[in-house]
Amino acid sequence: MTPLLSVRGITKRYGAHIGCADVSFDLYPGEVMGIVGESGSGKSTLLNCMVGHLTPDAGEVVFDTRANGPQDTVTMSEPERRMLSRTDWAFVHQHARDGLRMGVSAGGNVGERLMAVGERHYGDIRDKASDWLQRVEIDAARVDDRPTTFSGGMQQRLQIARNLVTGPRLVFMDEPTGGLDVSVQARLLDLLRGLVRDMGLSAIIVTHDLAVVRLLADRLMVMKLGRVVEAGLTDQVLDDPQHAYSQLLVSSVLQV
Amino acid sequence: MSAYNFAYLDEQTKRMIRRAILKGLAIPGYQVPFASREMPMPYGWGTGGVQVSAAVLTPEDTFKVIDQGSDDTTNAVSIRTFFERTAGVETTTTTSDASVIQTRHRIPEEPLQEGQILVYQVPIPEPLRFLEPRESETRKMHSLEEYGLMHVKLYEDISCHGHIATAYAYPVKVEGRYVMDPSPIPKFDNPKLGDMAAIQLFGAGREQRIYALPPYTEVVSLDFEDHPFEASKAEHACSLCGAEDSYLDEVIIDDAGGRMFVCSDSDYCESRQAAGHKGKDAA
Repeated sequence: MTPLLSVRGITKRYGAHIGCADVSFDLYPGEVMGIVGESGSGKSTLLNCMVGHLTPDAGEVVFDTRANGPQDTVTMSEPERRMLSRTDWAFVHQHARDGLRMGVSAGGNVGERLMAVGERHYGDIRDKASDWLQRVEIDAARVDDRPTTFSGGMQQRLQIARNLVTGPRLVFMDEPTGGLDVSVQARLLDLLRGLVRDMGLSAIIVTHDLAVVRLLADRLMVMKLGRVVEAGLTDQVLDDPQHAYSQLLVSSVLQV
Repeated sequence: MSAYNFAYLDEQTKRMIRRAILKGLAIPGYQVPFASREMPMPYGWGTGGVQVSAAVLTPEDTFKVIDQGSDDTTNAVSIRTFFERTAGVETTTTTSDASVIQTRHRIPEEPLQEGQILVYQVPIPEPLRFLEPRESETRKMHSLEEYGLMHVKLYEDISCHGHIATAYAYPVKVEGRYVMDPSPIPKFDNPKLGDMAAIQLFGAGREQRIYALPPYTEVVSLDFEDHPFEASKAEHACSLCGAEDSYLDEVIIDDAGGRMFVCSDSDYCESRQAAGHKGKDAA
């Protein structure tokens, strides 16, 4: 089977300082990969290199495109990469405000990606937007309300709906549950787990919250100081961590 | 007036502006940056249009200025006088006699002919500005032809008002490529933009942009399949000349709800009255 995403030797330096160094992994269709590590360990740098928000200094990110098979997205032309990022890719920001247009209604937010790929029928766009609001457990009657009137958890769910409406195959998530209280987090995780399973999505989740990866991820990478120190199946890494740093991470989780 | 160079601007500046105009004509709808000069009038009064007019005027030209369709409002009178003094060109209020027409917010009712130039004053040339505030990002969107956002605005209109409520500065797509702000003309005028015989030049002084439509360019107003573009006007006939096909201004005439509708194009209205057409309130 061809990997959906194949990352080889991604390196990003900020001057003399290392953002992330020589990261390689494969992600297969339907698989959810977690990337964990403390603040400053290079998780977000790695994620931003993969989606093209940052240009890596070395390495390649090969994505299995629908039309042309495996393509290196780092050397790909910008229009092609931007096309990918609004069709096959989705990016869920930590702060919903970064991923939403706060001055535009919920329906407009969800419809934007549809209109960006050429949908020009108002009725259809609105129906799809309402349908997606319901799928993320937002009342369809609120389709004309602005995200500013939504709670934090609803904004995050709206951001997810907006990203999934074009049926992407790969979702990048940057701390999707950061800043939400625990009950809202639980609901969001439940929703995400359902969507990932139903749509057969592949996902890369960057987080420092081990509980999130325990619930969502099939596989896990632990990063420290820009390097991957341990990788493996989620349960294996969390229940039997081998590297000293992974052991520290796991033992640092507070128990209630 | 020998104290000024012909048409106020110096020759080097006019050359620079003409280069921008030629580039704009070569790439219809593309916003060409230019080094806009300080003009002896405030921004928002037509500094962009005045610079474009100054660059295209020749001593043989006949010049007309309209503001909201009218030849006799402050903006029109002052710009007309400005070029009378600094260029010494002939001026007129008759659309068909003019070779260069500077306009704010209207296209004349009378169809323009080959050889005429229509110069628009543009306050904000970027149609995506209110949706995406970053200039770096809007330029990228233009260059990559990413115009989905423009439809988000129209979507919002329909979801708030039940129809596309944008009534002026209605976005258009030029030759299937660039999305362009036609300046704040009423959407009633949008169909006249396309396939026009005259050259159309757009100047934005404060924003330092020039763009252009060469004659007979394809210009399409954006819309949805189930909410097609509609050129709207007040459902009345002109009270003075009786015209039913012209764009109308609503004029409040007393404090008891009395009002009348008159052509916003004063030249069109006057020439119809001279030809014997009468509206219901005609004297």
